Amino acid sequence: MNFDELFGHLGQHTVDGLAKGSIYALVALGYTLVYGVLRLINFAHAEVFMVGTFTIVGVWSLMGATDSPPLGTLILLLVAGLLAAAAASGLTAVAVERIAYRRLRRMNAPPLIFLITAIGLSLVMSEAFGLWQGRLVVGMPTVLERRVVFSIAGTDVTNTQLLTVVAALIMMAGLDMFINRTRYGRGVRAVAQNPDTAALMGVNKDRVIALIFLLGGLLAGAAALLWAVRYGNTKFNVGFILGLKAFTAAVLGGIGNLRGALLGGLLLGVVEVYAATLTSSNWEDVAAFVVLVVVLLFRPTGLLGESLGRARA
Amino acid sequence: MTTTTTRKRPLDGLRNATHGMGDRFHALPKWQRGLTFLAFVAFLYYLPLLGIPGLTWLRTDSIEGGNNWAGVLFICAVYVLIAIGLNVVIGLAGLLDLGYVGFFAVGAYSVALFGSTQSPVVQALQNRFDMPQGWAVAWAICIPIAIALTLISGVILGWPTLRLRGDYLAIVTLGFGEIIRIVVRNVEWSGGPAGVAGIPGPEGPPSSDNTVFGLIDAKPWYWLALTSVLVLVFAVRRLENSRVGRAWLAVREDEDAAAVMGVYPFKFKLWAFAIGAALGGVSGALFASRQGFIEPNQFNAQLSILFVAMVVVGGAGNMAGVALGAFLLAYLPERFRDFAEWRFFAFGLALVLVMLLRPQGLIPSRRRARELKDRAEEVPASV
Repeated sequence: MNFDELFGHLGQHTVDGLAKGSIYALVALGYTLVYGVLRLINFAHAEVFMVGTFTIVGVWSLMGATDSPPLGTLILLLVAGLLAAAAASGLTAVAVERIAYRRLRRMNAPPLIFLITAIGLSLVMSEAFGLWQGRLVVGMPTVLERRVVFSIAGTDVTNTQLLTVVAALIMMAGLDMFINRTRYGRGVRAVAQNPDTAALMGVNKDRVIALIFLLGGLLAGAAALLWAVRYGNTKFNVGFILGLKAFTAAVLGGIGNLRGALLGGLLLGVVEVYAATLTSSNWEDVAAFVVLVVVLLFRPTGLLGESLGRARA
Repeated sequence: MTTTTTRKRPLDGLRNATHGMGDRFHALPKWQRGLTFLAFVAFLYYLPLLGIPGLTWLRTDSIEGGNNWAGVLFICAVYVLIAIGLNVVIGLAGLLDLGYVGFFAVGAYSVALFGSTQSPVVQALQNRFDMPQGWAVAWAICIPIAIALTLISGVILGWPTLRLRGDYLAIVTLGFGEIIRIVVRNVEWSGGPAGVAGIPGPEGPPSSDNTVFGLIDAKPWYWLALTSVLVLVFAVRRLENSRVGRAWLAVREDEDAAAVMGVYPFKFKLWAFAIGAALGGVSGALFASRQGFIEPNQFNAQLSILFVAMVVVGGAGNMAGVALGAFLLAYLPERFRDFAEWRFFAFGLALVLVMLLRPQGLIPSRRRARELKDRAEEVPASV
């Protein structure tokens, strides 16, 4: 147990954990949105994220990205990557709903069946990329070289960490506004609360469901960009562990609760980084799940409770 | 079968055909049913000796151009055993367990750590009790140890988590499976990432001197696994039709109603978890004995998901169904090893198609199929 390292650089590890957790939080939102409305675990969401990372590989190599380009090119690369990944992931998510879920929804099938089609579809997607792009790690140029932007009280904050956390917070705030303040968001909350009543009030349920899948996909695409900037590589099965963590984050914060996903994601990231520091990274996954079990024991609905649509609606 | 939806669904023909077959079989006199069953069992025992063209043509990577039909059958039998254990949890008690591989691993590691002379546990025991170098716990004692340990781990996992709602249970069990793997990989007394070799079989540690349970010929192993499957199928069947089985059913359909009727849901859920875990432990123990060597990464989360898929594709709640599902999901990837690159792609596609076209599973349990039909009729007009 390396307590000296952890407490000696507590701020540093916390910042790193927050950056890691931001990516979890963005992916977790996709799980939470779908769960909040449909009450099912969209297992294929991990692959939606994976499609986003490969889109960025494609777009960047098309644009001839190199290591640490000049600022103008960098911004262009980031924006193009974001748009392409968000579009690809969003469309994939909507396609997942159409292919794997719509027919079963009509049948009112039990949740287990949805889970299996989602597992099947996620296998199909990751294997398709494995066949197409090879099964090895696919590298990307390091467009944003890690550099310390500023330090507070001995804690260095790098540009990638800053970008990750700020971008995640902005998107989260945007989603929160969208769900709570707009007409479409009201539709989503209405369907989450009671699908039948919402339908009677003239909400098109199928459209709302397509919308939440689209939103989840867009955020997964954004997470894919942050992943590309932070890690600089991807793999055909990159989604599996990340999806598992993101879902854990969503449950930790209270699934179906947008702010819970943010809290859960950040908390999970910090816990993992702390555990990795203490045990030289052997036990980080164990720590994540132990925290989950402990939280669920004392707060069975997650830290902030399940609330999409239920609160303030 | 009359459905309220008039829309013709694909596979309707197949559904009616299999349904008719089941009905006809159940309408037979008891002695005829018993005779059919006995004939089927005899066929299963004879299977590794039969060279059915097309079915047995299996390439193995260990022997150039070799044929390992019996070895594949052994794996199928182990998977059937897993499916039957998981069916108790998912099909009978209705608990979604995504971490079943954890119990499989506990069973496998129990045999490995107590039975192999190379395991750190056995070496520690040797030093502690002044045993000779070659000493290890006998295989016949390792199996009860494996069952006991998996039973206990089922209770340890179930005690805190079974009060959680279904979806949370899924993620917590998934986490449990991963935790077992990571713990085994990272602690020293389990052999660490290198795994444990020299796991004994019924005849002792693996060596070329073993006459029956040898390294090359897998047939005795298959017969051993098949016998365990038959015994445990019988046991689970008895359990299913007992008071416990009815309690599981009641808890699955409506927990609150069951509680009102005097069935304490938590107790029976814990039972289902522990019994399912013990069955997983038996299959893990068999698997480890045959392999002779195990390492932590064989027990990954993908395997857990494969196990759940076996149960659901076959038809949760129906033992014949889950056995068929397990057989197909174990056999097909082996059979199509030549398409190694494509087989998991095809596997995923098959999962999606089967679930979309036949959500009740290949051979559904009657009650489950009826529940599904009821649910379909409850669909509100708005959808």
